[in-house]
Amino acid sequence: MAEKHLMSEVDMDAVIKSMAKQIIDDNLGEVALAGIRTRGVPLADWLAKRIIAFSKKSIKVGAIDINLYRDDLSEVGSQPIVHRTEIPFKIDGTGIILVDDVLYTGRTIRSALDALIDFGRPKFIKLAVLVDRGWRELPIQADYVGKTIKTKADEVIKVMLKGTDGKNEVILKERFSAREMRR
Amino acid sequence: MSLSIRHLLSVKDLTKKDVDLILKTAENFQEISKRPVKKVPALRGKTIPLCFFEPSTRTRASFEIAAKRLSADPIQISSFGSSLSKGESLLDTVKNLEAMDPDVLVIRHPHSGMPHLMAKEVSCPVINAGDGINEHPTQALLDLMTILQTKKKIQGLHVAIIGDILNSRVARSNIILLTKMGAKVHVAGPASMIPAGVDQYGVQVAYDIREVIPKADVMMMLRIQRERESASLFPSLREYARFFGLNKNNMQSAKKDVVIMHPGPVNRGVEIAPEVADGPHSIILDQVTNGVAVRMALLYLMCGEERENAKIKNQKSK
Repeated sequence: MAEKHLMSEVDMDAVIKSMAKQIIDDNLGEVALAGIRTRGVPLADWLAKRIIAFSKKSIKVGAIDINLYRDDLSEVGSQPIVHRTEIPFKIDGTGIILVDDVLYTGRTIRSALDALIDFGRPKFIKLAVLVDRGWRELPIQADYVGKTIKTKADEVIKVMLKGTDGKNEVILKERFSAREMRR
Repeated sequence: MSLSIRHLLSVKDLTKKDVDLILKTAENFQEISKRPVKKVPALRGKTIPLCFFEPSTRTRASFEIAAKRLSADPIQISSFGSSLSKGESLLDTVKNLEAMDPDVLVIRHPHSGMPHLMAKEVSCPVINAGDGINEHPTQALLDLMTILQTKKKIQGLHVAIIGDILNSRVARSNIILLTKMGAKVHVAGPASMIPAGVDQYGVQVAYDIREVIPKADVMMMLRIQRERESASLFPSLREYARFFGLNKNNMQSAKKDVVIMHPGPVNRGVEIAPEVADGPHSIILDQVTNGVAVRMALLYLMCGEERENAKIKNQKSK
């Protein structure tokens, strides 16, 4: 199976820094980050660190598990494992930036919007992703994108993060085609 | 990750992995009950009849709340007010409910083994919410969760179950589950309330509660079940309270960090004195809170298993 290196830790940090700058430049007022489990959470922490370094102001970070809001719950096999949602700040009147690793079909983001709104009425919700790989199935776009990558349908973008995967790297993998699987 | 069981009839059927998955899921569900809007859409469109053919406050409310917080539709059925009072047999009642396509059936019945019989007759998963003097699996799971929350471990913990062991489904389920998970279980009560052969479960038996109080990390007081035969097994409630009730005096010999549990409903001043039930060691109300989370986890996981099974069936028929 072919594997292609896309971004190193240095590349990742560079795009996260530029997203942090954009967010600060946009002057959003009171704002908090909400990472989407699993990999959106360490990314949100990373982004928060950069925002704090530039703006010298603190920013709150929460974590959202979207499994209970998935639109394919009636299709997938046994239930996905549910992790804790932690929103340690008041949602009402606060601007929220959702953070995720890869933007693909947009279905995860749709679930995350539903999950977030169950906690209150945010002032606005924006979306920041490390990689936008295209292939949207819903009318959803990101406000802050680290890197846009053109992909084929059978390719997989894998964002690896120290906390979950032992290292910081983004790679592109080819999914096994059905014929290869049989071989 | 999925459960190894289709029905929850007995804690005997649960593997350690099942227990871990249920408790982990329950723990992560707890946050939902703390939200301003206590509802998630996970079980939207699932119908869950709650058949309680015996009085219940806690378990029934807990199952209903659990189902509703996951957006399922629970339906309450009781013997009083249903066609059972017109003479319909239980099997017919359940068969008719089945014809309305439920997704999970929850059943409590005064006769031991009734949920097991129903599980054979209906096509959806069945949860035993207490059958006679046999088992109460969801209670044992929520008790385990509560112990783990306060004690952070279960291995090697001394748990004393005190009172009417003979007539208690809570005791039976807890003995089986706690020993499975590595706890050391002691049972104590009047000789007339300790079933013969209880030691086959690997428990220590005592007939004087003063023997177990100093050893216990957890004390689980059982209710004197006046609706069953409990009352004929000892001379008077006063005598029972004096020798087998937990009170300020005998609590003095207990460990400083002991926790007191009770499955409810509490007979205040009989098996437990009010100052102990409401005291600093009591985690009785935590049990109730955790009950909702455990039942949410079970309903969620069991609905998933069902889908998986249906999928396999479909593939086979193709």
